Amino acid sequence: MHELSIVSSIVDCVVESIAAYPGAKVKEVRLRVGALSSVVEDSLQFCYGIATEGTALQESKLVVTVIPVVMHCEPCDADVELASLQSFRCPRCGESVADLRQGRELEIESVEIEEPEDGKIGEQG
Amino acid sequence: MTTRIVELRQGILKKNDELARELRGRFTTAGVLVLNLVSSPGTGKTAFLERTLKDLRESGARVAALVGDLETDNDARRLAASGAPVRQINTHGICHLEAEMVSKHLEGWELGALDFLFIENVGNLVCPSSYDLGEKIRVALLSVTEGEDKPLKYPTLFNSADAAVLTKMDIAEPCGFDRELALKNINEIRPGMKVFETSAKTGVGMVEWLGYLKGQLSAARC
Repeated sequence: MHELSIVSSIVDCVVESIAAYPGAKVKEVRLRVGALSSVVEDSLQFCYGIATEGTALQESKLVVTVIPVVMHCEPCDADVELASLQSFRCPRCGESVADLRQGRELEIESVEIEEPEDGKIGEQG
Repeated sequence: MTTRIVELRQGILKKNDELARELRGRFTTAGVLVLNLVSSPGTGKTAFLERTLKDLRESGARVAALVGDLETDNDARRLAASGAPVRQINTHGICHLEAEMVSKHLEGWELGALDFLFIENVGNLVCPSSYDLGEKIRVALLSVTEGEDKPLKYPTLFNSADAAVLTKMDIAEPCGFDRELALKNINEIRPGMKVFETSAKTGVGMVEWLGYLKGQLSAARC
């Protein structure tokens, strides 16, 4: 259960990346999580509420998109999506596949923020 | 209030990945082959590593180890009996090692004076798979007492490994261990992965394992 460490890293990354928008409040954080990343969405969501408390991310929504595992199949000369994580075989021809092309992602895609309208007035004052 | 979408496309573990990349560069420059050993608790990582350190030292190789545990320095003391330099990393509740812990515990060590550095991860088959430690080779260990279907239950870890080691082969028979099935399952998750069938107690399989290590070291230094 390393999701709390993962979520703490998310908070750090987001806080750092929105530093350019003073006073901004985070509404939504969108993640891309590979099916082979060994991260469980339920645990992420559970930890998110705890780790974001008292930060600019408080009360924001975490949206997780799971990225399927895609392998390259040599005999088919094609990138194929795995049908199951229990068998690394091409769903078309049944051959073993070892060349991973997608599925270990663990990244923040984007952040939706709300900026105060009077930001510029505040700067002048 | 105005709403804005900030595109990031940034790795969540960016800091760990960057530090791991830096470590990998240091290891390559120093010419030391680094291995990250991962398994469940109780697989026999420490016994296997004890035997590996002893056999490698006897063959003239220069070896060192970092060993991760939640608490206690029991494993480091066991491994130090081999005569190799060993340091304990206590994670105090964290279920995996991170690149920063490795970097911190390498301070003062002359990496250029080593052939092999082993990092024994915290006993856990889930979390360590997300954290790159800068290793060249990730080794997944599985003991004959654990059940042949473990690779199917933990595909993320087994698929990210470069080599697999079966431990406690000396008790495979009384345990009713189905060797063929275990090998088939490993191959199902990581097709073509090299598998070593070993016993730290009897030394079975150690010749092949040491041969592999030395071959990998030569290849890495080319």
